[in-house]
Amino acid sequence: MRWMWIDRVVELLPRERIVCVKGVSLSEDHLHEHFGASGDRAPTPIMPASLIIEGMAQTAGILVGHAEGFREKVVLAKVGRAEIEAEAVPGDQLRYTAAIESMTEIGASTRGVVELIRPGPEGPMPAQLIGAIDLMFSHLDNNMAGQSFPEHNFVFGETFRTLLRSSGVEMPA
Amino acid sequence: MTRDEIFDKVRSVLVEALAVDEDEVAPESKLIADLGAESIDILDISFKLEQAFGFKIAQGELFPEGVTQNAEYVQDGKVTDKGLEELGEKLPHFDFSELARDRSVQNVANIFTVSALVDFCERKLQAA
Repeated sequence: MRWMWIDRVVELLPRERIVCVKGVSLSEDHLHEHFGASGDRAPTPIMPASLIIEGMAQTAGILVGHAEGFREKVVLAKVGRAEIEAEAVPGDQLRYTAAIESMTEIGASTRGVVELIRPGPEGPMPAQLIGAIDLMFSHLDNNMAGQSFPEHNFVFGETFRTLLRSSGVEMPA
Repeated sequence: MTRDEIFDKVRSVLVEALAVDEDEVAPESKLIADLGAESIDILDISFKLEQAFGFKIAQGELFPEGVTQNAEYVQDGKVTDKGLEELGEKLPHFDFSELARDRSVQNVANIFTVSALVDFCERKLQAA
């Protein structure tokens, strides 16, 4: 399993805003554990809220990383707020929208909302706002005095590059 | 803006950034020891102060960077005379009298009080 919690970047306005989507699928292993059958309860597959936060972190992380051509190792440093008010189940699409609020050499703060788009008999139902997630990111190399990290950018690895390429996002050389 | 108004805004910033209750935030509260701030919170507080007051805070302007890692400024776990001087120059909004009495490097964190943040914002607003 790859640690990717978004499927595509659908909009990217550099240094300002990004929109990513993720389709929730019953083929994902974790949905069989969250929640599996227990006693009289039948299996209840629900996208874990913690992984929705991770999806937003990957979404906003791309926006912050893109701002400096992915030269910085951008890591999630703080979840300032995470409110998720509805459950996402197999067949649903999650739509993450994040915007940069502040950014310096050492880090960035982002604000984000999560929408849920549920399939209906006539096509997708209107997007429903289900959450708000505000995050802080740290630029690792500028922020950990006395520590050194590998030269290559292990945060934005090959899987991220594949996602960006397949989404049509221009990658730096 | 009066000092009380500045304090109210600083308190709102700290309540949001550190998830503390309003009544926990007093002028003498220490950000790290009393309110549980960690290093990334300092950047968060800096961003939120910029938004609340409409001024820009340069890197290292609000909190020192690298001073406690510098062998010239800290020796044998104690802040040197040069270190104290450097901190005083870089951070005129802080009260260093307690650190001057106890030079332990752990004591550096205690200079970050709510009152110091209010002083900082007051100076920035006056300079604007």
